[in-house]
Amino acid sequence: MTASETTLHAPRRHPGLIRRLWDRWPVKVTLIVVCVLWLIPTVGLLISSFRTTALIQSEGWWTFFTKPLDTAQWTVSHYTTVLGQRNFGNAFLNSLAVAIPSTVIPITVASFAAYAFSWMNFKGRYILFVTVVGLLVVPLQMALIPLLRLYTSGEFFGISTPFPHPINGTYMAVWLAHTGFGLPLAVYLLRNYIGSLPSSIIESAQIDGATHFQIFVRLIVPLSVPALASFAIFQFLWVWNDLLVALVFLGGTPQVQVITQALAELKGQYGQFEHLLPAAAFISMGLPLAVFFGLQRYFVRGLTAGAVKG
Amino acid sequence: MTGRTPRLEVVKEEPPQAGAPPPLMRIGLTLLRAASAVAVPIAAFIILWLSFEWLRDARVNRGVIVLVAVAVGVFGIFALYWAMDFAVNRMPEAWRESIRPWVFVGPALVILGVFLLYPAVNTILLSFRGPSGDGFVGLENYGFVFTDAGMLRSIRNTLGWILIVPTTAVAVGLGFAVLADKLRRGEAVAKSIIFLPMAVSFVGASVVWGLIYNYKVFGNQTGLLNGIVTAFGGDPIAWLSREPWNNLFLMVIMIWMQTGFAMVILSAAIKSVPEDIIEAARIDGASEVQVFWRVVLPSILSTIVVVMTTMVINVLKVFDIVFVMTNGDSGTEVMAERMIRWFFRLRHDGRGAAIAVILFLAIIPVMAVNVRRFRAEEAIR
Repeated sequence: MTASETTLHAPRRHPGLIRRLWDRWPVKVTLIVVCVLWLIPTVGLLISSFRTTALIQSEGWWTFFTKPLDTAQWTVSHYTTVLGQRNFGNAFLNSLAVAIPSTVIPITVASFAAYAFSWMNFKGRYILFVTVVGLLVVPLQMALIPLLRLYTSGEFFGISTPFPHPINGTYMAVWLAHTGFGLPLAVYLLRNYIGSLPSSIIESAQIDGATHFQIFVRLIVPLSVPALASFAIFQFLWVWNDLLVALVFLGGTPQVQVITQALAELKGQYGQFEHLLPAAAFISMGLPLAVFFGLQRYFVRGLTAGAVKG
Repeated sequence: MTGRTPRLEVVKEEPPQAGAPPPLMRIGLTLLRAASAVAVPIAAFIILWLSFEWLRDARVNRGVIVLVAVAVGVFGIFALYWAMDFAVNRMPEAWRESIRPWVFVGPALVILGVFLLYPAVNTILLSFRGPSGDGFVGLENYGFVFTDAGMLRSIRNTLGWILIVPTTAVAVGLGFAVLADKLRRGEAVAKSIIFLPMAVSFVGASVVWGLIYNYKVFGNQTGLLNGIVTAFGGDPIAWLSREPWNNLFLMVIMIWMQTGFAMVILSAAIKSVPEDIIEAARIDGASEVQVFWRVVLPSILSTIVVVMTTMVINVLKVFDIVFVMTNGDSGTEVMAERMIRWFFRLRHDGRGAAIAVILFLAIIPVMAVNVRRFRAEEAIR
C-alpha cells in the first residue's frame, strides 16, 4: 500500500450509515444470486465426482442435499483411478509444455504488432490492421488440413516451398499453430488497450531520446499489464482446453498426449469410463483456476493513474 | 519557434569533428555493423532451430524436456525481436525508422499469412469447386446454402444466437464487473465464480450440462431441470428436443461459458478508468448510478465494442456446444456446425467452404464499425 493509494480510498471509509446500506445491500444480493446461478452446474459436477458409480447412474446429484451425512455415497476412487492408471500425470506435463509457450509467444508477437499499429507510422497501417482483425473469423478447423499438408510436405497450394518440414509432432508445430489462431484476437485486444494509453507518455519518452524498442519494453509493457494478464488467461485456457490442434499437430501417442486427449479418451470407449469423467474434468480444471487466481492481483485499479499529469 | 531556426542551422553547418576515424576505418566499421546486423538475427534463428531439433529427438526425462521446451519458447521469441532490433540499429540512419515498424509488425503478419490467410484463400477457392476439390462448379455451392432446408434453419438459428448470446453475456458480465468492483472484500472470489466455466473444456461442458438437461424415460431423473419438474408433479421434458426452445437451452450454455470472458475484459477496463475522474464526479454530487452512466460507461465504450465484436465472432464460430449436446438434431443446426459437418462428416469440401465464406462475409458489417472507431480514436489524440 502506497501513501497515495491510502488517500485515494480514504473518503470511502466513512460513508453515512444509510448510504452504506443503500449502496451495499442490492449489490451483494445481486452478486450472490448471479454467483449461485453460475455455480449450480459446477457444483453438480463436483458432487458427482465424489459419488459412487451406482449412484451417479441411478439418481440426481442434488439428492446429496437430502442426505449429506450418509457416508456410504462418498468415494475418492474416481480421482485415484484417473491419476493413477489413466496417464494423467504425463499428460499434465505435456499440457504445460504446450500451453506456456503457446501463451507467451502470441502475446509477445501481438504486443509488438499492437504497438506498431498504435504508435508507429507506416504505409498500409489501416488496411493491415483491418485484415488482421478480419482474420478473427477464419475458423481454425478450416485451417487444419492445409496446415497439416504444409507441415508434412512443405506444400503451399500444392506447390512445394522451402518451408522446413516435416515439423508435425514437435512442440513448435503446436506453438506456431496456436500462435496463428490466437494472434488476431490478441492484436485486436492489445491494440485497443495500447492505443488508448495517453500519447503524452510516448511523446515525452521520445523527446527524452528513447527508441521505440525501449519505449515498448520499459513503458508500454509495464503499463499494459492488466490487458496482457487478461489476454494471457484466455489464451492459456484455450490452449489448455484445446483438443483438436493437439490431436492433429502433436499426435495422440501416450508419450506426447495432452490432458484433453486423456480426457477425451475416457469419454470414448463405449461409455465404460463415464463415471470417471466428472473427476477427470475437475482435475483438468485445477490449473486454469490456479492461473486465474494467480493473475488476479494484476487486475488492480489505477496502474495507469498518475503516469501522466493532467 | 521562428526565433530558434537560425541556431539550428548553425548546428547543422558545424564541421566534422577532429577526432573522426579515417575513411578506411569508417568503411571497416560500417562493414562490421552490417555483418553484425545480419549475423545476430541469423544466429538467434540457428540457436532456436537447433534447440527444436534437440527437443524432438532427445531421449531424456519428460520433465527435463518440458522445462527446456518452455524456456526455449518463452525466451526464444523475445530474443528474436531483440536480435532484429539490434540489426535495425546498425543500418544506415535513413532506413532505420522506415524499417523498424516492419520489425515490430512483420512477424505477426508472416505468422498470420501462413496460418490464417493462406487457409482462408484456400477455402475461398474450394468454395467454387466440387465435393473433393475437383472441377469448377461456379456458384452451385452457394445456391445450396440458400436453398437447403437444414441450411436455412441454421441461418435462422445463427441469427438468433447473434442477437441473444453476445448481448446477454456482455450485459451480465458488465453488470457483474461493475458491482463486484464496489465490493471491499470478496471481489476475487465473486469474479472467479463467474470465470469458472471458462476453465471447462467442451468434453467437460457436455458432462456438466448433462447434469442439468438430462432426460430419462424410466426411473429417477438425473438432470436437475427434470428433477425440479417431477418434484412439482409434472412429467419430465426432453429439453433438448423441444423446438424451438432447445436453441435457447443451448445458448444458455454458451452464455454460461462466455460471460467470464466479457466480465474479465470489462473489469480490467473499468479499473483503468482513472480514479480521480470518478472521485471528481462524486465530489460534484453525482450518484453511483450517474457515475456509471456518465463517467464509467463512456470511458469503456471502446472496450464494450471490442468485447461485443469478439463475442459475435465466437458465436459465428460456435459448433462444439451443438455438436456435443444435440449433434445438430431437432432443429438446432448452426452455420459453423453445418460447415464442420459438410467438411468432415459428409465429405463435401465445396459446400463446407461455401458456408465458411458466408461466415467471413457476415462479419464485414461488424468490422466496419470497428474501422470507424479505430479512425475516430486516431483523430482525437
